[in-house]
Amino acid sequence: MNLTLKVWRQDGPNDKGRIETHEARDIPEEASFLEMLDIVNEGIITGGGAPIAFDHDCREGICGTCSLTINGVPHGPDRGVTACQLHMRRFRDGDTIWIEPFRAHAFPVLKDLVVDRSAFDRIIAAGGYVSVRTGAAPDAHAIPVEKENADAAFDAATCIGCGACVAACKNASAMLFVSAKASHLNHLPQGEPEKHRRVLGMVRQMDEEGFGNCTNQYECEAACPKSISVDNIALLNRNYAAATAHEAAVAP
Amino acid sequence: MSLVLDSKVPPGPLDQKWSQHKINSALINPANKRKFTILVVGSGLAGGAAAATLSELGYKVKCFCYQDSPRRAHSIAAQGGINAAKNYQNDGDSVFRLFYDTIKGGDFRSREANVYRLAEVSANIIDQCVAQGVPFAREYGGLLDNRSFGGAQVKRTFYARGQTGQQLLLGCYQALEKEIRRGGVEMFPQTEMLDLVVADGHAKGIITRDLRTGQIDAHVADAVILATGGYGNAFYLSTNAMGCNVMAAYRAHRRGALFANPCYTQIHPTCIPVSGDYQSKLTLMSESLRNDGRIWVPREKATAEKLRQGAIEPREIAEEDRDYYLERKYPSFGNLSPRDIASRSAKEVCDEGRGVAPTGKGVFLDFRDAIERDGAEAIKARYGNLFQMYEKIHGDDPYATPMQIYPAVHYTMGGLWVDYDLMSNIPGLHVLGEANFSDHGANRLGASALMQGLADGYFVIPATIANYLATQTPGSVTASHPEFKRCKEQVRDRIATILQVRGRRSVDSFHRELGTTLWDHCGMERNREGLQKALKEIPRIRDEFWENVAVPGNASELNQELEKAGRVADFLEFGELLCHDALHREESCGGHFRTEYQFTADDEEVRDGRTQPGEAKRDDTHFTYVAAWEFTDVGKRPTLHKEPLHFEEVTPSIRSYK
Repeated sequence: MNLTLKVWRQDGPNDKGRIETHEARDIPEEASFLEMLDIVNEGIITGGGAPIAFDHDCREGICGTCSLTINGVPHGPDRGVTACQLHMRRFRDGDTIWIEPFRAHAFPVLKDLVVDRSAFDRIIAAGGYVSVRTGAAPDAHAIPVEKENADAAFDAATCIGCGACVAACKNASAMLFVSAKASHLNHLPQGEPEKHRRVLGMVRQMDEEGFGNCTNQYECEAACPKSISVDNIALLNRNYAAATAHEAAVAP
Repeated sequence: MSLVLDSKVPPGPLDQKWSQHKINSALINPANKRKFTILVVGSGLAGGAAAATLSELGYKVKCFCYQDSPRRAHSIAAQGGINAAKNYQNDGDSVFRLFYDTIKGGDFRSREANVYRLAEVSANIIDQCVAQGVPFAREYGGLLDNRSFGGAQVKRTFYARGQTGQQLLLGCYQALEKEIRRGGVEMFPQTEMLDLVVADGHAKGIITRDLRTGQIDAHVADAVILATGGYGNAFYLSTNAMGCNVMAAYRAHRRGALFANPCYTQIHPTCIPVSGDYQSKLTLMSESLRNDGRIWVPREKATAEKLRQGAIEPREIAEEDRDYYLERKYPSFGNLSPRDIASRSAKEVCDEGRGVAPTGKGVFLDFRDAIERDGAEAIKARYGNLFQMYEKIHGDDPYATPMQIYPAVHYTMGGLWVDYDLMSNIPGLHVLGEANFSDHGANRLGASALMQGLADGYFVIPATIANYLATQTPGSVTASHPEFKRCKEQVRDRIATILQVRGRRSVDSFHRELGTTLWDHCGMERNREGLQKALKEIPRIRDEFWENVAVPGNASELNQELEKAGRVADFLEFGELLCHDALHREESCGGHFRTEYQFTADDEEVRDGRTQPGEAKRDDTHFTYVAAWEFTDVGKRPTLHKEPLHFEEVTPSIRSYK
C-alpha cells in the first residue's frame, strides 16, 4: 500500500518544529507501524537525507519506549496496544497519517518524535517502591496475600510507563501513571507500612514536574496500551486524603 | 601462549562451597565502602539488582543504560517465569534437583560449582521479590502458584501471568530508584559505553557517549561491572529488543577480556514466524504455552502443501493425520522438551516439507484440546495477553485456529569468561547475567535467565566483589591516567571514521546481510563447510561496511543511525569470533549442533535404545572444556584458551528426554 505521512520534525530541544510530508511506498500490510517507518527511513538515508528519529526498543509492547501520536491518538487507533504492535493492515491504501510525538509540558521533545520522559523516573524515586534491603526478606510464604488483592496489584503493575496517559490528557496529567504504581504497592501487605509516605511523595513530585491536574475525562484509560483502569485514580485520591490527614495528625 | 584460567572454585563439598566461600571472603567495613566507586553498565535484572544492592551496602555506584529509563532494559520482555527450588508443590524438588536439571539441560558444558550456587540462591530471590511487592500469581489460599517449564518434571516456576520479566524488573528498578533518590546511585540513562579503560592491567573505567548530546565522557572507578546482556542481535532477526548489542562486552574483549563459548546460542522454539524482508524483529511466544499447547504438523507433505495454499483449514485435519512429533519422539517430556531439542525438531519437520506457514517455515501450537478440557476462560486467564499479542501481530485468533510458530534466536549462553567470583581475566572487570558465560552451559532451560540475572545481581556480586576491592586502594587511579585520554581519543576517532564514510548503504542493510549469513551458516545447524564460507563472507561484508555505510548527521546530536552503526560495526567483528568457536567445536551439544556430529543408526547408543538417530553427539573426551578466546586482531583468528570442566557430583551422560 501507499501512504502519505505528515510527520513532526524538530532538530533539537530548542529548535522550532514543523510538519514534513513523506510518501511511504509499497508498504506490506503485514508490516508493523514502526517497520513502515523503517522502510521510509531506509529511503531517506539512501537518498542522503536525515531519517525520522523515533523511540522504540522491544517492539513487542512491553518496554514502553515507543511513543507516537498517530492521527491524534497516542499509540494510534487500536485500543490496548502500543504503537509497535499496531500493524499496517489497520490502514488503507492512500491514507494520510499524521505522526507526532507524545506532547506534554513535562515531556520536552528531544528530536523529531523522541521526548524526554525522565519525570516518570523521578516520580518513582519519590516513593514508588517498598524499602526492603536485599537479603532482609522473610520467606515468600510468610505473608499470604488474598488472591483478589494480588490480582488487583498485578493489574495496576502492568503499566509500562510509556506516558500515553499524559499525552492523551488535555491537562497532561500523570494521574493514571502515578495511581497505577501507588495502587500496585498499596494493594499488597508489603506496601502497607509506607503507604502514606508513598502517596504523598509521588503526588508532590508529580506536581513539581509540571504535570496537570486530573479533571476526570478518562482519555488516559482509553489511550492506555495496558488498559489500566481509572479506578486506580479514585483509589489514589482516597489514599491521598488519608495520607494528608495522617500527616497532619502526626506532624508536630 | 596459553593463559592459565583459574576458575577459583572453592574447595570442599559441592553443597558447602558457597557458604564456605562467603565465610572466607574479604569484608570491607562500612566506613571504607563509601570510598569505593563501582560502575555498573546495564540496568536489567543483573545490572539493576547489582547497582541497587551495592548501593545499599554503602558503595558509591554509577549505573549506565542506553535506554531512556532503567525500567526499559530488555529483561522486561521475559514472559514465562523464574525457577526456584522452593518445593512449595511438594513434588520432590530440591536444590540438588534444580542444579541437576540445569547442568543436564546445559548438556554438561557448565561449571558444577556455579550452577549449584545458582540453584542454592534461587529460593532467596523469590523471597526478595515478594518482599519488594512483585505480584506473582497466587492461589485462593493466598500462597504462590507454580507452573512447569521445559526440561523439568517438577513445577518450580514462579510467574506473573505472561509478564514475569516485567514484574521482576520493575521490582528491581524500584529498588534502584530508591537508591538513586537516597544518593547512593548516580544514574546515567541514554548513555552508551563505548570502551573499557584498563589502567596498569586493571579495569578502572569506561568511556561513554551521551546519546542525547553526543558528549563523550570518561568515568573512573575502582571496579567495573558489565551486565549488558547477550549478543543475539548479531543474527539481526531475534527476539531481542532492537537496541540490544554486544558492544560493551566486545570492547572489553578487545581490551583483553576472554570471550567464552560464543557458539552456544539459543534458538527458541516458539516464536511468530518470519513473514517478509521488511521484518525488524521476531516475537517470542512464551514457552509456558507449551504447558497446554500441543505442537504438530500434518503427517503428510501433501496435506501441508494444501494448508500453505489455503485450500484447507487446520481444524479440518483429522487426528490420525496429525503428527504430534515432540510427544511421539520424547514421550516423557513431550511438548515440554528443552528448547534446543524442540527447535531442531521443528526445523526437521519443516525441512521434510511438512511446515505450515505460507513460507513453509512454521509448525502449529494448538490449544484445541486444552480449551476443550479446561474451558476458554481458564486458558485466557493463563495466557490471555500472549494470545492477544499473537492476534495483533499475526492476524489469526488462537482460540479458534492453532498458532503458527517457528524457532528464532533468543538467548546467548556464551559470554565473557568469569571465575567463581564473576570476575573476568582482567582484574576489576566483573560480568553478570547473560553477558557472562557461566551458568547455562550449551543450552539454557526456560525460566533460568531471570534466575541467573537476579542471583548474580542480588546475591553473588555483592558478596564477591569485596575480594577484589580489598586488594585495592580506593581512588588509586584517577582520570588523569594517560590511558583515559588515549581511550577517549580512540573512541572519538572511531566515530569520526564512521561519519566520514558517507556511503550509499544503510546500517540496517549491512546488519541484515550479516544476520542472514550467520543464520544460514551458524544458526540452528552448523557444519564445517558452511562455517568456513561464513568466515569468508563476514570480512567481505565488514570491508564493504567501512567503505560504503551511510550514516547521516553528526556526532554531537541525538543520532540513532550513528548509534546503530557503532553496534553493527562490532557485530561485524564479533560474528567472526562466533564462527571460529563453532568451527573449532567438533561436537554437537545443546544449542550448538554440528551436522557432522549426530547419532546414526549404527551407533551403539542408538542400538541399545539410549538415544535415537539425529540426536546431538557430544565428544566428552575432547571437548569437556570452556573455550575462552583471546582477541588478536581484526580479521585474525583469536587465540584459544581452555578451562577444563571437572564433574565431581554428576556424571555426564547422554542427554535423554525420552
